[in-house]
Amino acid sequence: MIPEFGHFALLLALPVAVLVGVLALVGAQKNHARWMALAKPGTRLLAFLVTLAYLCLTQAFVANDFSVLYVAQHSNSLLPLAYRIAGVWGGHEGSLLLWMLMLVWWAALVSVFSRPLAAPMLARVLGTLCLVAFGFLLFILLTSNPFTRLLPGVAEGRDLNPLLQDPGLILHPPLLYMGYVGFSVAYAFAVAALLAGQLDAAWARWSRPWTTMAWGFLTLGIALGSWWAYYELGWGGWWFWDPVENASFMPWLAGTALIHSLAVTEKRGSFKNWTVLLAISAFSLSLLGTFLVRSGVLTSVHAFAADPARGIFILAFLATVVGLSLVLFVWRAPKVGLGGRFGLFSRESLLLSNNVILVVATATVLLGTLYPLLIDALNLGKLSVGPPYFNAVFVPIMAPLLFLMGIGPFLRWKAASAQEIVLRLKWALVAALAIAVLLPMLIYGDAWPLVNLGIFLAAWILIAAVLHFSRQVWTTRGSSNLLTAVLRQPLHFWGMHLAHIGVAVFVAGVAIVGGYEEEKDVRMAPGEIVTLSGYEFRFMGVLPVKGPNYEALQGEVELWKNNRLIRRLRPEKRFYRSSAMPMTEAAIDTGFFGDLYVSLGEPLDRARPEGEWAVRVYSKPLVDWIWGGCFLMAFGGLLAVCDRRYRQSRRRSTPDPLTVKTSP
Amino acid sequence: MKARHERLLLIAGGLVALGLMAAFVLHALKDNLSLFYAPAEVLAGKAPRDRAFRIGGLVEAGSLVRQPDGVSVRFVVTDMQERVTIQYKGILPDLFSEGRGVVAQGKLDDQGLFIASEVLAKHDENYMPPEVAAALEKAHQEGAGDANAQTLPPQQLPQ
Repeated sequence: MIPEFGHFALLLALPVAVLVGVLALVGAQKNHARWMALAKPGTRLLAFLVTLAYLCLTQAFVANDFSVLYVAQHSNSLLPLAYRIAGVWGGHEGSLLLWMLMLVWWAALVSVFSRPLAAPMLARVLGTLCLVAFGFLLFILLTSNPFTRLLPGVAEGRDLNPLLQDPGLILHPPLLYMGYVGFSVAYAFAVAALLAGQLDAAWARWSRPWTTMAWGFLTLGIALGSWWAYYELGWGGWWFWDPVENASFMPWLAGTALIHSLAVTEKRGSFKNWTVLLAISAFSLSLLGTFLVRSGVLTSVHAFAADPARGIFILAFLATVVGLSLVLFVWRAPKVGLGGRFGLFSRESLLLSNNVILVVATATVLLGTLYPLLIDALNLGKLSVGPPYFNAVFVPIMAPLLFLMGIGPFLRWKAASAQEIVLRLKWALVAALAIAVLLPMLIYGDAWPLVNLGIFLAAWILIAAVLHFSRQVWTTRGSSNLLTAVLRQPLHFWGMHLAHIGVAVFVAGVAIVGGYEEEKDVRMAPGEIVTLSGYEFRFMGVLPVKGPNYEALQGEVELWKNNRLIRRLRPEKRFYRSSAMPMTEAAIDTGFFGDLYVSLGEPLDRARPEGEWAVRVYSKPLVDWIWGGCFLMAFGGLLAVCDRRYRQSRRRSTPDPLTVKTSP
Repeated sequence: MKARHERLLLIAGGLVALGLMAAFVLHALKDNLSLFYAPAEVLAGKAPRDRAFRIGGLVEAGSLVRQPDGVSVRFVVTDMQERVTIQYKGILPDLFSEGRGVVAQGKLDDQGLFIASEVLAKHDENYMPPEVAAALEKAHQEGAGDANAQTLPPQQLPQ
């Protein structure tokens, strides 16, 4: 009964979404106050219905209702409760419902935190979001209904893919979707601005925290996915340029460009059209990502069984969204206007370079990801674009961006003096160069150009950020003591520098792990030792252990350094009872300066698991800095969102005049 | 006048930079494409001899042999028409299994042995990477593999 109830709630949501969407948009255009007033309660009703449907599906999972096809395919009565709840998004239908849930929650949040927003603007934003929700609801109901019954029901479900039975499943998809779907808010704001033909600083101030928030979630979601792949897949890599990873990386790149372009629009009123176009691109790339993942055109850990109808629907939806937005853009952009002028060397021009570089980067990822699909669609053969392509193009594209990142904050809006910048930053440059040359030699004994380049950029960003921060503290200090002056800095300022330092930490991690990681595949008999990066890995043998829904062979590897036992690592080879699929669980000694990583291959003789094994050991210096850096970026974003001026403008009903001189 | 010249120069410089970037990106793309071939195409000499490509098919049952060094393996991939032996040093992915689909990236050596640098066994619930499914489909349509195809358990055939 409960699944039917959920299905009914979804069916009911469909007319609600389309009615509220159309009435709100038409009402805003015709200045019809009653119709516009429908937007808020309508959006909340939609959120309520979708949440209800979502809870019904969760209930079916928790209660092991295997008469629901989707539950029977993705759950099992032996599955621990946490994975039954997370298993809701372990397959295609449920993950779309999660997507839907996030979308209506974002819309409901906009409806709550929007009191000072002018009624037509709010109606347009919510109306656009409702129409997007309508498209997705239609998609779910027509091609991917999670409530379809399996009659007669089965006694036992097929179980969740063992790869997904990991805490990563609980966190990675919701965070990633929060980011993906969050860009729909930025998109809705952009569409609203186009429809109104009006885009001012107040608009940018409104759209900014939402965009930054979505960007922060996306950053965390991607980082978690990368970390999950690192420890779960047993290959020790943190990024594979897998098409699905690229699908999440493209909206991130466009979103990063967007949050910087929004800064210019808010502070200076420039880049208006460009900002709108970026907002449309970021959301379109999110949809493209959904298409790539859900249509089954790709081979990937993320690809679910292919169903051509789904692919065609998403492609049509994508074409509609992109097509309509671009038509709207071409039609209305001249009204929105370009905004103010600026000098060749100014903060605006540097942010413009940031945008151009990020867009070029997005385009290269797009090219590498879509090219094989294009060739295949034209029947010209099957091919793939390997990681070397992305690695080769990314370094030269991103290096200038990272260099400019150090300079950017020092530049004044409108026109800056090059001499002043040289004066302020020459010692920082010298210091960063010295660190880049000396540090790898001193610590690791050798170096090559790419490592030097990475260290240089990381040191440069870090030094410049600290320098700029202390300068700001110094000039605003007045008579107060140093600590209060530091704490009094606005949160958006802290946020920017933390996020930039996060990039520095990330780059340092990438450079060092790329330059100095070591790996060995070896055969090991119990008692044998392999040495890697000054550590001894002593293989002690393998014992059988039992998990809740799997049997495992657990190895014991002692980690020694300088004749001292540091840790016992226990990598596992698991066999899940319901799916007969083996799973490698690597054991990792995580440390600030790097990880030591052991994973079990196979026994050389399957009949004698107590004998010799193929074992893989890695040393990954500074690898955790990669995810730590991403965390800092997201945290910086969060701080920026909490800045006082967004809260203030929430209380006031009239927007402030353009603030021009908030920072030098 | 001077400001205008400056701006023109900047635009020209920007265009040149973008052009160079595009040329560089396309060159990198061209160098790093790897084409996919089925075993029958490899034996027919269609696959390149001097550069890396991808090969895919089913891992023939009983063909997996561990080499004396303990970490290298050899196995045979087949598209039900022809067979190619693959050598790989390293640990095979979890989803690798005899009778299931696999894709390997690497090069042919002089003896026609495929030296893989990477073995991928990423696939959907039907244990079939799309490339492999297409290759089997093609072999099946050409009608050469019918006798062999029967040895394959039916649930592992592409649907």
